[in-house]
Amino acid sequence: MASGVRPRVKVPRSASAGETITIKTLISHQMESGQRKDSDGNTIPRSIINRFVVDFNGENVLDVKMEPAISTNPYFEFEAKVPESGDFHFTWYDDDGSVYEDTQTIEVS
Amino acid sequence: MKRMALTAAIALLAAPALAGGADDDTLVVNGEIEMTTKADAPDHLEGALDQVISGWHFRSDETQQLQTDDFENQGMIFVDAAYDAWNTVEGTEEKSCASCHDSPEDSMEGVRAVYPKWNEEAGEVRTLAQQINACRTERMGAEPYGYTSGEMANMEALISVQSRGMPMNVAIDGPVRETWEQGKEMYYTRYGQLELACASCHEQNYGNYIRADHLSQGQTNGFPVYRLKNAKLNTTHARFKGCVRDTRAETFQPGSPEFVALELYVASRGNGLSVEAPSVRN
Repeated sequence: MASGVRPRVKVPRSASAGETITIKTLISHQMESGQRKDSDGNTIPRSIINRFVVDFNGENVLDVKMEPAISTNPYFEFEAKVPESGDFHFTWYDDDGSVYEDTQTIEVS
Repeated sequence: MKRMALTAAIALLAAPALAGGADDDTLVVNGEIEMTTKADAPDHLEGALDQVISGWHFRSDETQQLQTDDFENQGMIFVDAAYDAWNTVEGTEEKSCASCHDSPEDSMEGVRAVYPKWNEEAGEVRTLAQQINACRTERMGAEPYGYTSGEMANMEALISVQSRGMPMNVAIDGPVRETWEQGKEMYYTRYGQLELACASCHEQNYGNYIRADHLSQGQTNGFPVYRLKNAKLNTTHARFKGCVRDTRAETFQPGSPEFVALELYVASRGNGLSVEAPSVRN
């Protein structure tokens, strides 16, 4: 069970129509690879975020499949063109079945 | 042969550019906190250093940039974790940090800049970590944090953030003088099979390479430090221990009187530099 998981997202509050904006996301997560052993020689079970999805007004923007080699506290920065005002919806899927979500509203003039 | 000699000469000429001395960039965090990353050396360093320089200047542009924005500074994740700890009731007295100190923004401003400092009641020099543990054991009735543990580093970072941008101003006179002198002597004492003093690297050779990395002045204004190599916050005494180990010596223990004295002295070498913690280094 992952603990201390906290999603963080940075989306500009406003933009002009058709502008390309930069979105930064980060989620604190230990991203245990499943390759390591503890001091007794037992394998530490894999516990990672395996998928990250971003939607804008219901339309998919980004869908990332994540693998064990990705480092702790995965950070994604990407650009998106925003045609209208609306909500960016961010979803992270954990190996343990947990789903972490965040929503950010952007005003387009 | 002649050509080889010439190549070697060119390589030598080019070396200073590669040697990674302090650059001339300026550090502004979140577009609002202007950091003093170079300052005139405090008086007690006369003859040793003219200028004190933050370790930030010795890092690559990419690493430097991470510290300019709290979103990209992953050290801030640990500050968030410490906010939770700050408000968590622990121990037999059923208190949290917040029970006495309210919000860290109000109560902890400026605290980091003056530590380590003299504690009149205890009659000793105390580091911030020792003070945190004194609160935990004496006021909260809780278990102390491990001196270099993640919980301790996080709490130190939370307290340090409230002083970001303020100049380091550690007192070196009065009751702390004896401890400070002890720290100074340690700084110039060669340890280990490699016979290296702190000064061998951080005073005489800062800006030069040590294997593949650049030596800084070893300032403590950025501690606890988020290091890319281990993706967590690192405390001053853990760094001291690593340095002494690298001289192939038996190290002092984190939290020992020796390291407290050394921390006081090293902190005083950075008087005038802004508190940067949690800083980002490689």
